[in-house]
Amino acid sequence: MTLDRRPSSATGRLWLLRRVVFGMAVVLLGSVLVFAATQVLPGDPARAVLGHEATPERVAALRTELGLDRPLVAQYLAWLGGVLTGEPGHSLVTREPVGGLIGDRAVNSAVLVLVSAAVVVPLSVFVGAVAGRRRDRPFDRAVLVVTLGLTALPEFIIALLLVILLSTSVFPLLPGTVLLAPGQNPFGEPAQLVLPVTALVLGVLPYLARLVRGSVIDVYESEYVRTARLKGVPENVVLRRHVLRNALVPAVQGTALALAYLTGGVVVVEQVFNYPGLGSALVDAVNNRDFPVIQLICLVFAACYVAFNLLGDAMTVYVTPRLRTAGR
Amino acid sequence: MRVGLVLTGLVLLVVVIGPFLAPHAHSDIIGAPFSPPSATALLGTDYLGEDVLSRVLAGGRSIVWISFVGTLVGVAVGAAIGMTAAYSGGVVDELLMRTMDVLRAFPPLVLILLLVSVARAESALMPLIVAIAWVPQVARVAYGAAKEVVGREFVESAEALGTPRMRIVRREILPNVMTPLMVDFGLRLTWSIGIVSAMSFLGVGLQPPAADWGLMIKENYQGLALQPWGVVVPVLCVAVFTFGTNLMTEGFARTVARVSPLEVTT
Repeated sequence: MTLDRRPSSATGRLWLLRRVVFGMAVVLLGSVLVFAATQVLPGDPARAVLGHEATPERVAALRTELGLDRPLVAQYLAWLGGVLTGEPGHSLVTREPVGGLIGDRAVNSAVLVLVSAAVVVPLSVFVGAVAGRRRDRPFDRAVLVVTLGLTALPEFIIALLLVILLSTSVFPLLPGTVLLAPGQNPFGEPAQLVLPVTALVLGVLPYLARLVRGSVIDVYESEYVRTARLKGVPENVVLRRHVLRNALVPAVQGTALALAYLTGGVVVVEQVFNYPGLGSALVDAVNNRDFPVIQLICLVFAACYVAFNLLGDAMTVYVTPRLRTAGR
Repeated sequence: MRVGLVLTGLVLLVVVIGPFLAPHAHSDIIGAPFSPPSATALLGTDYLGEDVLSRVLAGGRSIVWISFVGTLVGVAVGAAIGMTAAYSGGVVDELLMRTMDVLRAFPPLVLILLLVSVARAESALMPLIVAIAWVPQVARVAYGAAKEVVGREFVESAEALGTPRMRIVRREILPNVMTPLMVDFGLRLTWSIGIVSAMSFLGVGLQPPAADWGLMIKENYQGLALQPWGVVVPVLCVAVFTFGTNLMTEGFARTVARVSPLEVTT
C-alpha cells in the first residue's frame, strides 16, 4: 500500500459501491435470518398464537391461512416480495396490515433518534474538545469522572433515574410518560420529548466525548502542531486550522456510530417513557408473539443499523483519503 | 479499581447472603399493595403487597448468574470463532466472519428480542440468548487481535515444527489475544447486567412470581409516585453493580492491559 499517492476518485467510488453492495447483501441475509428464526427454532407460530388449548383443526386452519403449509423457500420469497412491495402481511393480533401499523411508530422513533443525535453530536464535540485542550485540568477531570460513571449505566437505568429525579417525588418538573395519539406529531408536545432525548443523549455522550477528547490530545501531540507552533503560528490559529480540523475525523465517524447506537438504544428507552415508537412496538409484538410485526421491525432495525455503520465507514474514508486503498 | 472491587463485592455479598437475611419469603403477601415503609416492611410493599426489602435481597441472584454465564459463554465461543477465522484465512475466514457480519447487522437487544420471541425466555435459556448476542461482536474483537499475531515468527516456527493447528491456536495465538479478550469480557459483563435486567423490565426475561431487580422495576413502575422504593432500590442495585464492574474493568484495562477500553471495542 502506498500512503503518499492519493488514489483516484474512481477507486474511491468503486470502494463505496462495493461497501454498499456488501451492506445490502448483509441486510438481505439478515432477512433470511429473521425469517428463519421464526421457523427453525422450536415452536409453531400458529400454536403460539392460539395457545395450547387450541384444537388441531383450528391450528391447521390458521397454518393454511398464514401459508405455513407451503415450502419454506416459497414462504420466504412471498414474504420478502411483500416487504419490498410494501405489503408485508397482517398482524396476527390486530389483523391490521403491518405496514400501516408501524408507519407512524417508525416516524416517532426516527424523530427521537434524530433529535438525540442533533443534540449529542455538537455537545460531545464541544465537551471533548474543551477537555482535550485543557488536559488534566479540573474540567477535564470532571468530564472523565462523569463519563466514566455514565458509561457504566445501562440506558434504561439512566432513563429511570431521570424519571425518578425529574418527574416524580424529588423535582417534579417534566412529564415522565409520553402520551401521543397515533399519527400525532411528536413535536406537538416538546416537553414530553425532553426526558427520552436526555436519556439517549446521556447514553451516547460519554463514548463520543471521550473519542473526541482522545483525538484532540493526539493532534496536540503531533509533529505538525509542534512545527506550526515553532513557526510562530498563533495558538488560536493552531486550534482552528490544525487541531479541530483533524480531530473532527473521529467525530464524523462517531456521529454515524452514535446513530447506530441510538437505533439500538430506543428499544428500552421508549418502553420506559411509554413512547409509541418502533422499539415499544417490537416489545409488544414479542410479548404477543406477533410474528409478522416482529419480522418487519427487526428487519427495519437491521437496515438502519447497517446503513448507519456504512455511513460511518464511508465518512471516515472520505475524510482520510489514504484509507481508500486499504483492504476491504 | 479498588472502589470497583468494593462495590462489586458489596453487591455480590447482598446477592449471596441476602436471601438468608430477608425478613419475609420473597413472594409472601404481607400487607396492602404499595404501602409505605413500616416496621414490618422496612421499604414498603410492592404492587401485590409483597415485601420490597425481601425481594431486593433475593432478586440479584438471577441477574448475577445469567449475565456472568452468558458473557463467559459468549466470549469463549466468539473468541474461538474469531481466532479460527484469523488463523485459517481463505474460505473459512470469509465464511465465518461474513456470518458474524450478518448477526452484527442487528442491535444486540433487537437480536435478543428476536430470539426470545421464538424461544420464550425461560431463565435457563437466558444465558444462552445473551451469549448468542455477544458472539459476533466478540468474534470481531478476537479476529482483529489474532490477525496481528498469525503472521509472526513464533507462529511460523510452530508450523515448521509440525504442531497441530488446533494446538497453535490454543498455545500460540490465544495467550497473545488474552488481554484484549479479558478487557472485552469485563465490558460485556457490565453490558450483560444491563441487558439481563432490561429483558426482565421489558417482560421477556424472568416472569412473576420470581424476585428479580429488573422484574421488580417493571412490576412497581406504575406505582412510582405512590411508593417509590419498589422501583428506586432495584434501580440503584443495578446501577451500583454495573458501576462496580465497569470500574473494575477500567482499572484492569489501565493497569494490566495498558489500553483504553474504547480501543478494544471500537
